[in-house]
Amino acid sequence: MTVIDDISDVPTPDAKLAPLLEVRDLHVEFHTRDGVAKAVNGVNYSVNAGETLAVLGESGSGKSVSAQAVMGILDMPPARIPKGEILFQGRDMLKMSGEERRKIRGRKIAMIFQDALSSLNPVLSVGYQLGEMYRVHQGLSRKDAKAKAIELMDRVRIPAARERVGDYPHQFSGGMRQRIMIAMALALEPDLIIADEPTTALDVTVQAQVMELLAELQAEYNMGLILITHDLGVVADVADKIAVMYAGRIVEDAPVHDIYSKPAHPYTKGLLQSIPRLDQKGQELYAIKGLPPNLTRIPSGCAFNPRCPMAQDICRTDVPQLHPVGTARGSACHFWKETLGE
Amino acid sequence: MGRYVIRRLLQMVPVFIGTTLLIFVMVWGLGDPVAAMFGDRTPDPATAAQIRHDLHLNDPLIQQYWIYMSNVFKGDFGNAWNQQPVTDLLKTAYPVTLRLTIVAFLIEAIVGVALGVFAGLRRGRFFDTGVLAMTLIVVSIPTFVTGYVLQYFFGVKWSIVHPSVGEGAPFKDLLMPGLVLAGVSLAYVARLTRTSVAENTRADYLRTAVAKGLPRRRVITNHMLRNSLIPVVTFLGTDIGNLMAGALVTERIFNIHGVGYQIYQGIVHNSPATVVGFVTVLVIVFLLANLLVDLLYAVLDPRIRYA
Ligand SMILES: Nc1ncnc2c1ncn2[C@@H]1O[C@H](COP(=O)(O)OP(=O)(O)OP(=O)(O)O)[C@@H](O)[C@H]1O
Ligand code: SF4
Ligand SMILES: [Mg+2]
Repeated sequence: MTVIDDISDVPTPDAKLAPLLEVRDLHVEFHTRDGVAKAVNGVNYSVNAGETLAVLGESGSGKSVSAQAVMGILDMPPARIPKGEILFQGRDMLKMSGEERRKIRGRKIAMIFQDALSSLNPVLSVGYQLGEMYRVHQGLSRKDAKAKAIELMDRVRIPAARERVGDYPHQFSGGMRQRIMIAMALALEPDLIIADEPTTALDVTVQAQVMELLAELQAEYNMGLILITHDLGVVADVADKIAVMYAGRIVEDAPVHDIYSKPAHPYTKGLLQSIPRLDQKGQELYAIKGLPPNLTRIPSGCAFNPRCPMAQDICRTDVPQLHPVGTARGSACHFWKETLGE
Repeated sequence: MGRYVIRRLLQMVPVFIGTTLLIFVMVWGLGDPVAAMFGDRTPDPATAAQIRHDLHLNDPLIQQYWIYMSNVFKGDFGNAWNQQPVTDLLKTAYPVTLRLTIVAFLIEAIVGVALGVFAGLRRGRFFDTGVLAMTLIVVSIPTFVTGYVLQYFFGVKWSIVHPSVGEGAPFKDLLMPGLVLAGVSLAYVARLTRTSVAENTRADYLRTAVAKGLPRRRVITNHMLRNSLIPVVTFLGTDIGNLMAGALVTERIFNIHGVGYQIYQGIVHNSPATVVGFVTVLVIVFLLANLLVDLLYAVLDPRIRYA
């Protein structure tokens, strides 16, 4: 009767074809004293194994909140997920029990945070914090877990790992701390890593090294990677595709080379023009005028319309849907053709 | 860690000298101890002069302090007004007061932290609001009022406990005085713990712990509590002095013959040896308690240990 037993282990055809992670029409809102802040308003994206999706956008556009919803670490309340699906290996995680989701965290999906100093526990040694992954998820002894922790620290190229395993987070440099965060995410060889601005808090020189390490490990383990950033410069080298977020929505979604050569959304265009470039040294840097909207009062129509140089009347009344642009990309702009054509 | 301990020990020396010297000077200003010895009688001038000389009362104050302290470190605290050695008084009074302080400290630490943790984890809910209201009430009523009220109801009216503490101050008699003594501090500990827990539940490192897939229990005990208790431990440490001072008041309410009683007797009978002796030991106990807390603090927080 082994045949029947095996059935549960065979992935359903759906799961085999489905992307590793697919987020569908995700909404997240925060109930605050000043009203309901609609932080995420219908986000769609997907990542496959071995693929890197970069999520771009200004501060407050909902990049972290959507990632935390995927991770299942939002504080609810104040957060609420009124709508959406988060399919991981074909199963909707929003329908799982708390315990089921906990077992996915760390084992199958891991997260790296921006500020490693505050994200590591200040009163526990890094060896303890790394080893904890094995002790909790795999039931390893303290001693074996420590050996694994040293192995991990070697993996992310922390010098003298054996001597430093008992050290505390504040005794490491910023770059080394972020390596420890990466090591922690990598510990159980997850299928997907979400990195929320992993290099923003670091020196420029260290940024490149950490990004390189992350990309290298991702390739080695064939993991999916969601890389959140508001730095377009970082993205070009590592990402396969890009999702640009504005006011809680994806406004443009495209393979990386398409976006750099021909943005199909005025907001993406503005972001690209605001990157400092060597050949334009001395020139004043372009900045998108105005500020991101207050999330309790998102403008009607296209949320970007008060800041958009191309806005027309229709932009103030009709919400633009994500129009397909060619095969693998989309733009949520009524005038995407005009934007491309210029 | 060893260097940290040595540094802390060395820091205690000037504090010890400063406080004892201060109390020495103050007590010296109380009046003439020789006259007090003779009570209503006028002493024979020659005898008085002899006693003054024997007690080094004619030497400069700083020299008297030096002689006194060298004797103290030889175990000689001098004699009280009734010629009883002060060391005898110390031996009977200190265990009583220390026991009262320890009972109060344990109540304060255990109950205060427990209330604070549960309130902090249930912010804004019924339990939390209850703790906040209760602690506010406790803080705003003076200790001697709570003391006399509890003594009347539990001790006199309902006869649940002894209204005063029996011979030898057994632990069960000390529970109520301990609770009265702990009251206000307990309220502060509960509030401080609550705030600290509430702050730490929002900390980034706690989000990481959840993202690691740790069970909630472990997130709370291994990650959140240890960080939250750091400020609480500091407060508990500095509060030991407070408790000892409060113990002197509580002793009066419950008629406990401890340190407070002896110092009071010393002042009434103008006996510098009693007062200075008791206060000196008080300072030593206080410094040692603080050292202990600092060490615990360093154990809890590696950022201090390696600073
Ligand atoms: N706990 C919360 N309560 C209320 N509002 C929140 C909460 N967390 C996030 N928000 C709101 O959600 C919005 C989106 O925040 P999010 O952190 O996702 O932005 P982001 O795109 O990651 O920006 P950044 O680049 O600054 O990290 C913000 O406007 C923020 O104010
Ligand atoms: S829809 Fe209109 S306002 Fe929005 S980005 Fe396109 S042109 Fe600008
Ligand atoms: Mg963010």
